[in-house]
Amino acid sequence: MYQKTIAEQSQALASGEISSVELTQSYLDRIKQLDGDINSFITVTEELALSQAKAADERRASGNADAMTGIPVAHKDLFCTDGVKTSCGSKMLDNFIAPYESTVTSKFKDAGAVMLGKTNMDEFAMGSSNENSHYGPVKNPWDKAAIPGGSSGGSAAAVAARLAAGATGTDTGGSIRQPASHCGITGIKPTYGRVSRYGMIAYASSLDQAGPMTRTAEDAAIMLNTMAGFDERDSTCLNREVPDYTATLNDSLEGLTIGLPTEYFASGLDSDVEQQIRNAIAEYEKLGAKVKEVSLPNAKLCIPAYYVIAPAEASSNLSRFDGVRFGYRCEDPKDLMDLYIRSRSEGFGEEVKRRIIVGTYALSAGFYDAYYRKAQQIRRLIRDDFLNAFKECDVIMGPNAPTSAFDIGSLNNDPVAMYLSDIYTLSVNLAGLPGMSIPAGMANNRPVGLQVIGQHFDEARLLNIGHRFQQATDWHTLTPALV
Amino acid sequence: MAIDASEVQKVAHLARLSISDDAVDATTTTISSILELVDQMQAVDTQNVEPLANPLDATQRLRADVVSEDNQREKLQSCAPAVEDGLFLVPRVIE
Repeated sequence: MYQKTIAEQSQALASGEISSVELTQSYLDRIKQLDGDINSFITVTEELALSQAKAADERRASGNADAMTGIPVAHKDLFCTDGVKTSCGSKMLDNFIAPYESTVTSKFKDAGAVMLGKTNMDEFAMGSSNENSHYGPVKNPWDKAAIPGGSSGGSAAAVAARLAAGATGTDTGGSIRQPASHCGITGIKPTYGRVSRYGMIAYASSLDQAGPMTRTAEDAAIMLNTMAGFDERDSTCLNREVPDYTATLNDSLEGLTIGLPTEYFASGLDSDVEQQIRNAIAEYEKLGAKVKEVSLPNAKLCIPAYYVIAPAEASSNLSRFDGVRFGYRCEDPKDLMDLYIRSRSEGFGEEVKRRIIVGTYALSAGFYDAYYRKAQQIRRLIRDDFLNAFKECDVIMGPNAPTSAFDIGSLNNDPVAMYLSDIYTLSVNLAGLPGMSIPAGMANNRPVGLQVIGQHFDEARLLNIGHRFQQATDWHTLTPALV
Repeated sequence: MAIDASEVQKVAHLARLSISDDAVDATTTTISSILELVDQMQAVDTQNVEPLANPLDATQRLRADVVSEDNQREKLQSCAPAVEDGLFLVPRVIE
């Protein structure tokens, strides 16, 4: 049953073929058997999961179930979960038992979904390889020498290894799409403001957005139906009707115009990855789509603009970790300043401290105009490039990353080289657009995902585009050998 | 823009972080290389371009200034390192 999708499991639960308790137990057994090596979970909530599964079975019996009722999922460990450790991958929050529930996880609770546990991640969602976790790196289920991608690497690896039916992730600069791509699963980052950020530990508030990570586009549609919607408690959440994302999955792609940005197929893209992406686009032509070259002239500037805006917002957001109200506190502080400095210096890891310093510098007196303001001006140029491109096409396609997953340890001593690998994903966050990765082939024996970028609020179209591809191809059904 | 070790120390202090003496050179090199990367922005003409803070040009939503949350002081303080009588404890500030 763990090989089945959420849609299939939901049917099996509805027909009585299996109970949620049985399904949940089978995932818990798999986690015990396989996760010691993969390290995709920080916390497994076995008891809670079984009690939620029992409640879900009772709810089904009373005829009051929805598609997610009884489905075992995992949540990235930056969603606050009431009474359950929420570490954000950091020593700073290793002792933090969240006293309240995020909107996203409470929506899954309300739908009767089962929480298997909390997944590993780059500390405070800062990273592209999941090597920046206080709890150790996550291994890619396809090849344990490889990174799973980051920052939602634990969620991606758990879904790829069939340790959860689906998982939540968050994406500030590619943190859903890039690990989905590297682990051969489907992941969608919705439009900024589509999903509530309440109870998500903030990294860069003007960029952060949560989304589902699943085996198929259909499953992502089912999970997004649960996640999306207005929330009073998030001041940037948008009050706009949420469609049924499963209703349009089978729509025809006849006449769809796909834009291919010249800049996404320029030097730096691995030729094997490019070949897989071009094959996927040829498949779309068979499905009736037309292809057109478009240009995003400021595409390359997404790296400098992002690596100012995100650290600047992070330096502000992470000032709350002061050793006073929650989280890590140093031993025997001699005065208040010592308490602040040692709690933060001992509690944060290297990459987090690096970004706080860069962000503090960019926001400091005299530098604001040259850095933060300049980056926000470039942010507008980048967004307007997309709006212009969308005058000529319906969606944009390209790679998620220049290569398939790289080896653990190969880039983590060179932050700038790591930053450069985010070239195809960052601009989507800066522009606030929805972006999706779907499995589209293999390069170097590791998965390659196709990135599909939509216009604001076009999640339903992206999922439709993903689903039709998955009806015609079987890349999404490939499983790692260890499964 | 190059940054020297004393500036890195100063900025770290503003952020309430300390960098150990044996790590300061490596940190300075890394921060300098990041600043060099972001300095690519300076070559772009952005005269007359308005900064973009929200990708949908949305503005802050306001609400009435009324109490909207229950008082959960005890629960919210349950994860604090040190509390007494409903107060957060810190080292003595005033002698």
